[in-house]
Amino acid sequence: MASAFLPALGRLAVCGGTHGNELSGVYLVQEMERQRKEKGDDAWPIPVTTVLSNPRAVKECRRYIDTDMNRCFNRATLSSPTTDSSQYEVHRAQELNNQLGLKGSADAIDMICDLHNTTSNMGLTLIHYTTSDWVNLHICKYLQTKITKVPVRVLVLDVPISDAYSLESVSKHGFSIEVGPQPHGVVRADIYFIMKEAVDMTIDWIHKFNSGTVFEGGDMEAFKFIKSIDYPRNPETLTLTAAIHPQLQDRDFCLLKRGDPLFLSFSGETVKYEEEEPLHPFFINECAYYEKGIAFHLAKKLTLTIPTVQVQKH
Amino acid sequence: MSSRANISCLQEAKRVAIFGGTHGNEMSGIMLVNMWIENAAEIERNRLVTKPFISNPRAVEKCTRYINTDLNRAFTSENLSAPDVEGLPYEVRRAKEINQMFGPKGSSDAYDVIFDLHNTTSNMGSTLILESSTDLFNLQMVHYIKKAMAPHTCSVLLNEHPQLKYSTTRSVAKHPIGLEVGPQPQGVLRSNVFESMRTILKHALDFIELFNSGVEFPPCTVEVFRVQERMDYPRDTNGNITAMVHPHLQDCDWEPLNQGDPMFLTFDGRTILYEGASTVYPTFINEAAYYEKQQAFMTTCREILAANAIRKAFK
Repeated sequence: MASAFLPALGRLAVCGGTHGNELSGVYLVQEMERQRKEKGDDAWPIPVTTVLSNPRAVKECRRYIDTDMNRCFNRATLSSPTTDSSQYEVHRAQELNNQLGLKGSADAIDMICDLHNTTSNMGLTLIHYTTSDWVNLHICKYLQTKITKVPVRVLVLDVPISDAYSLESVSKHGFSIEVGPQPHGVVRADIYFIMKEAVDMTIDWIHKFNSGTVFEGGDMEAFKFIKSIDYPRNPETLTLTAAIHPQLQDRDFCLLKRGDPLFLSFSGETVKYEEEEPLHPFFINECAYYEKGIAFHLAKKLTLTIPTVQVQKH
Repeated sequence: MSSRANISCLQEAKRVAIFGGTHGNEMSGIMLVNMWIENAAEIERNRLVTKPFISNPRAVEKCTRYINTDLNRAFTSENLSAPDVEGLPYEVRRAKEINQMFGPKGSSDAYDVIFDLHNTTSNMGSTLILESSTDLFNLQMVHYIKKAMAPHTCSVLLNEHPQLKYSTTRSVAKHPIGLEVGPQPQGVLRSNVFESMRTILKHALDFIELFNSGVEFPPCTVEVFRVQERMDYPRDTNGNITAMVHPHLQDCDWEPLNQGDPMFLTFDGRTILYEGASTVYPTFINEAAYYEKQQAFMTTCREILAANAIRKAFK
């Protein structure tokens, strides 16, 4: 198979606390900063920058102060003029863009791993924008072989980078590491160590790649976002009239077929999946999505073919 | 001596309240109470009046635990007698209002029973929380509920600890009962948790109806877990936690914790063991809201409480 020769990766930014109550990333970044104090820059085989993305939200253990920071990285928000009364997260997003970007420029950092938790039973899910970033996809493939305690899945959003609104889109090759299930405001040891392993293996891959290792290509499975489904709501008050059905709860990435239960109403009725096309639900019952009108997302399963990659030699 | 001498005759329990949203992000109680405010058919009984009530509406609106201070710690005699001044924290004002509507706490005018609905991120299953080991009505009620829920387990937590007991919203009533169902993340509604809480309440109201109709409940015993101690996370000099609940302890609420068992795991992988001399039964393990209250879990000891037979007192 023909190899793709790609430039070496210079620096990785590991970002935690983009949502201040998603605690694995908050504590992992703090632990990495402690390791740097103890061992200096030799703590990792490649240059790593650690970032606490939303310190005010972390201090208050809230998702955000004024607005969801992980929606602030689109071009319009990053270039909007700010005053003292602008939203905190808009200010902070612009600061992070200056520190790690500028988004879209040659100076942007090579890679951002943005650390997240979800209340959904998604195991380890690696999320990125495109189906053609070979570096990202190879890292995902590597993590899938190295991490066996939980399912490791790849989710692609298929949004052009220019429209991308989340933190990792500031870098040249960015992706989110999403681990669940974990309640917001709680740090579970098992979830923390899964996230730590994902970060450690990402650093490991980058180091091996930069050192000349050839990574074999091949086919890999990914899930592509199609659309979202909201809860059944009272048309006047907009309050929920049903909960995720017990047979769907915790079954992220299962195959949903026509007639399968989706919701159980408070009056005992089952609302079923009515569409023809079987799809895969994920982010089932994520706490932060109630206010966004999302009970779960639906995805199509794809097979992606990625080439063998190795580092470009100068 | 006739056996009648061992029956406690208690006042009828006519006024019952069901509180949801004492913490504005504990969703089962909020959704149940809102549902019953709209249509109370399910909670109606012939011999009692049941009032569903949202205790902390501002916190519910923001889907947050509290606005200024934890409502479920606010019912101290100091707060309840505080003068109405500007700058009084929202929850203190609210506690006074609730005390007016459902109390006054300690008086004969107070509501007979208040059920306060809570969720926890801990793996506590269905838990009933008592504040007194001598409230016969409550002991008989939890005994009835446990039997009715079987084989689904209902644990009973007794917090009578002189220092760790706190002034709950429900303490305004003559017979306060806490319902705590988990695990459920804050801000999330899980169908199974919602339905468990709904079923517990159905049995509780059935008990009160039977009691008010004159049924005599024979003597019984109830296994309870009595609160002993609060265990905090290991912390550094800045107050930040330096370890997490150990995977062997995580989700093991109500299971024995013995000397030498793993308790915490530091962020760099070191295990910290439980050093206590006797076996304890931990609960509220890794509850989100308790990080700021310096509590990783609570220890309890198992006890069997005995309750006399009870029936309604004749007028």
